[in-house]
Amino acid sequence: METMTVLQWVLDGTLVLALLWLAWRALSSPDLFTAIVLFIAFGLMMALAWVRLQAPDVALAEAAIGAGLTGALLLAALARSNDLADRMNDDQTAGTEKK
Amino acid sequence: MSAVEHSQPSLLFRRVLLLPLLAFAGGLAYAVLSLPEQATGLSDQVAANMETSGVSNPVTAVLLNFRGYDTLLEMAVLLVALLGVWSLGSAVVHRRVDPEPVLSILVGGLVPMMIMMAGYLLWVGAAAPGGAFQAGSVLAASGILLLLSGRHLPVRLLGRPLRLVLVLGLGAFVAVGVALLSASGMFLQYPPGLAGAFILLIEAAATLSIGVTLTALFLGGRPDPDA
Repeated sequence: METMTVLQWVLDGTLVLALLWLAWRALSSPDLFTAIVLFIAFGLMMALAWVRLQAPDVALAEAAIGAGLTGALLLAALARSNDLADRMNDDQTAGTEKK
Repeated sequence: MSAVEHSQPSLLFRRVLLLPLLAFAGGLAYAVLSLPEQATGLSDQVAANMETSGVSNPVTAVLLNFRGYDTLLEMAVLLVALLGVWSLGSAVVHRRVDPEPVLSILVGGLVPMMIMMAGYLLWVGAAAPGGAFQAGSVLAASGILLLLSGRHLPVRLLGRPLRLVLVLGLGAFVAVGVALLSASGMFLQYPPGLAGAFILLIEAAATLSIGVTLTALFLGGRPDPDA
């Protein structure tokens, strides 16, 4: 019984620290791709935290929507904004070459 | 590096911004710490009315029965979000490359299992954690996998059929609500004996709509049949 409580405290403490660290890294990372991957990791950790809070319904939604789909949407948005930036750069170089 | 220049807010502005942010964080911390130790909330009321809800999972009972109106509005929000994305422009046609064989085989094996998983989550939501949103997002994940591996919807399904599936969830919800309104005079007030069937009907329609809506959000634009 005693060891179980200690183990749970260790697990919960690690979860909280990992969540805070992941959240900070995701926000402070200058590279957007890294930030998105950290955000997905944050979502998975958050799902574990919901399980520990005995909210399996929220944990399922968090893992599927928070980590999975939002991550995919963010990656798609990043790919599109990179495409857009490339096209704008191409236009600019094309414009200067004409001059 | 990037074409768009980001203007950094000045140091003074950031320092000034820190004050309200700290005050807000302090307020939040105070609110959390001043919560009563043993909050009863509404769980007793939910537990007392579980028998009339038609399902045995309290979360599903709250989402689809006691507070069904909220879930109805959530479906509407999801649809409006997609309409917003669609109004921004048509989807960029992705480079039609042949997927690598490994990806192709993996997707071919995973997608049927994910569809079955979505069906399971939908069905089990009546008695255990699960439900329409979880099932819908698993369905959407399989849709995204299909898109990534270069399998697109046939063009003839992009027009009306796609739009019909998109509004199916909200449509079924509103139809059931209106039918019950005319039958019993209360919006979304299920008769106790049929509550389970109505909830399953709404959730099945919602699962399809959520799955397709989220996949369409990933596509990031209005799919044009002519393009």
